[in-house]
Amino acid sequence: METSFAITGKGYVLVAADTTAARSIVKMKTDEDKIKILSPHLLMAYSGEPGDTIQFSEYVERNIRLYQIRNTLTLGPSAAASWIRRSLADSIRSRRPYAVNLLVGGYDTSSHTPELYWIDYLGTLTKIPFGAHGYGSYFALSLLDRYHDPEASLEEGIATLKRCLDEVAKRLVVSPGKYLVKVVDKDGVREIEI
Amino acid sequence: MSIMELNGGSVIAMVGKDCVAIASDLRLGNQALGLSSNFQRIFPVTDRIYVGLPGLGTDVHTLWEKFRFRVNMYTIKEEREIEPETFAHLVSSTLYEHRFGPYFIEPVIAGLAKTPSGGVKPFIAATDLIGCLNFAKDFVVAGTASSKLFGMAEGLWEPDLEPEDLFETISQALMNAVDRDAYSGWGCVVHVITKDKIVTRTLKGRMD
Repeated sequence: METSFAITGKGYVLVAADTTAARSIVKMKTDEDKIKILSPHLLMAYSGEPGDTIQFSEYVERNIRLYQIRNTLTLGPSAAASWIRRSLADSIRSRRPYAVNLLVGGYDTSSHTPELYWIDYLGTLTKIPFGAHGYGSYFALSLLDRYHDPEASLEEGIATLKRCLDEVAKRLVVSPGKYLVKVVDKDGVREIEI
Repeated sequence: MSIMELNGGSVIAMVGKDCVAIASDLRLGNQALGLSSNFQRIFPVTDRIYVGLPGLGTDVHTLWEKFRFRVNMYTIKEEREIEPETFAHLVSSTLYEHRFGPYFIEPVIAGLAKTPSGGVKPFIAATDLIGCLNFAKDFVVAGTASSKLFGMAEGLWEPDLEPEDLFETISQALMNAVDRDAYSGWGCVVHVITKDKIVTRTLKGRMD
């Protein structure tokens, strides 16, 4: 089943999402990238109803880009998260809502802080030090309560993230096999091997 | 599964002597799973009015943005700050606009009204999710722990409490009520509004 995690550390946000595209009980694809790069310092991991996820994430991506072109400045993480939340909140009371859950991670280049936002398909938004979506959250959140350190270096952060992935692999019946991990820090966004 | 209890959270407001207090817990959950221990659901409307919005998490933000917009428009048009009672009616009519597809929020309002003689008069009110106003002289409660909050407030509250005593009363009422509620807790925030200052304190609570 779909699972995504994100943790903040000293000057970075780590975002991990599984790479399976499943339909019913069948894995259709095992190298799907479910982390969208919205701007040079902004990431978004998405999960939920297939189709809605692609449509909505591309809608967000293009609108963030449009804002950038019009105003020559990029939306910060909190502003972007608020805009995305509002889009989902309007959607949930529409005729056909998007069923998409998000983890928005970014690096605020003005205050030099990493920020992470948890957003669900209802439009619930909260700023958190670490978070997860999907069945993996039931295992990872309690683990992160114990091991998360906001002052951890990137190496330590990756080690903590690995513990989450291992725990999910060990205990979850329908655990995903592969994950894609991206990090955002002062230098921007990059993919990392785990 | 009730949509009013999906994210959890509770708010209480109390009247004191020339002061009011409003307090809330800080939990945001998804049914029994806790997600955040720093979810603010009390917002400042003016220097003398606060509003607490317990209920569905998405509507906490949506409604607050709507109130902020409407209060700003009021302030510009009227060229003065909104009074607590007027704001309570603004809340009520905003909610009733969505009578047959409501926002799942039960707002609590606390503020100090100006009197003609230049003094202040404490004001508290609460509404249900479609905007039925409840003006109370003592205390108002809302949220998943409301039944427990009624019991605690009924037992602890007394008339004409000074700001420090009011802080103690509202804090004890809230902390002990949310400890008996699985969907509320994870820390509290308390605002005490007096004539010349607002004191905001964050309380540590049980994390279970």
